[in-house]
Amino acid sequence: MKKGIVYLNQFFGQIGGEDKADFAPEIREGQIGASMAFNAALKNVEITHTLICGDNFMGSNEEEAVKQLMGFLEGKEFDVFFAGPAFQAGRYGNACGVICKAVQEKYNVPVFSSMHIENPGVEMFKKDFIIFPGGKSAAAMRKDIKKIAAYADKVVAGLPLGSAEDEGYYTRGIRHQVWREDKVPATDRVIDMLLKKINNQDYTTELPIPKMDLVPFANPIEDLSQAKIAVLTTSGIVPVDNPDRIQSASATRWGKYDITGMDRLEGGVFKTIHAGFDPAAADADPNVCVPIDVLRSYEKDGRFKELYPYFYTTVGTGTTQGEAARMGKEIVAELLAAGVDAVIMTST
Amino acid sequence: MVKEVERAGIPVVQMANLVPVAKTAGANKIVPTISIPYPLGDPNTSKEEQWKLRYHRVGVALQALTESIEEQTVFKV
Repeated sequence: MKKGIVYLNQFFGQIGGEDKADFAPEIREGQIGASMAFNAALKNVEITHTLICGDNFMGSNEEEAVKQLMGFLEGKEFDVFFAGPAFQAGRYGNACGVICKAVQEKYNVPVFSSMHIENPGVEMFKKDFIIFPGGKSAAAMRKDIKKIAAYADKVVAGLPLGSAEDEGYYTRGIRHQVWREDKVPATDRVIDMLLKKINNQDYTTELPIPKMDLVPFANPIEDLSQAKIAVLTTSGIVPVDNPDRIQSASATRWGKYDITGMDRLEGGVFKTIHAGFDPAAADADPNVCVPIDVLRSYEKDGRFKELYPYFYTTVGTGTTQGEAARMGKEIVAELLAAGVDAVIMTST
Repeated sequence: MVKEVERAGIPVVQMANLVPVAKTAGANKIVPTISIPYPLGDPNTSKEEQWKLRYHRVGVALQALTESIEEQTVFKV
């Protein structure tokens, strides 16, 4: 029997919810929470330890978190390492990626995670180690773990492994030399491909180039003192009665709120409805998320001409990139119509 | 969201704690903040310190809006 260690966040390690997201790293003997499911699904691996760390602790003190977690692993014997599944949780996906990469580099053991395709962790880390496509939420836990476990069992048993497509994980962009079963040489294949291309037929490249969808840089502001500036936020700051009923997670709605005549956002008038972090600080002083107070000060001093009289808000947690793009387009149409020159976006 | 703003030709700077996530999401100009629950002011510090930190970082963001860049850029705070 081989030995494995699992990394979980505060929620799946059964420490607590968002109020425990600052939870400092710990190591537990044996299995807890989701690592029990790993142990049950794995045939050739026993989970001996579980690492737990709060998502915010990892997000805000990455270096310290990794140092402590790696310290816990010192002297432990293990053959394989797992993190997650992280589903569509961005901070958790980031944490799983950071720790898997560090463990792989130091211990040179196979590391695995699972994330939903919309989790930013996929783009960030899929090249570094094997990540399996996973469900959107914890409802997919068993299924997601089963996929990782089946593959890990094969790896530790030294069984032959297929390509990323065959095995079902996100491609890492690694090229392997293989003997093709059809034995068609490259010179024939390239001519076939070219003929298909000039005949407008479908063909499949053997060397896909991954594309990073970056937008062209907008021209910078030439004269800030003449600029009208708007603030957007994904921190979920809204008037306390949340008049537009923006969802606390997986948002599909946004709101715009009048700040005319306000020198700052007052607690008790505004609050956050974001379900992805402890709201205490933002509720007490919403300016820590939407910095209206200092923007007014800069406006008064003439650093820029005018703060646009509304700020735009939605909630960033669990929100799909598709919905975010749609909401972005709707908001941009208003900004263009209002002659806004530049935007500051705050996110949590 | 930042991508849609920039796509429309409006310069935008994202103030974010998880800088690698902001980069992956496609933000071109990024100014780091201090945490997820309180990006621009640590409630364990005095109101003056929080103001100072916020004033400084928003100042960096304003400056960033005027700068020409050639690649995704994380501005120093």
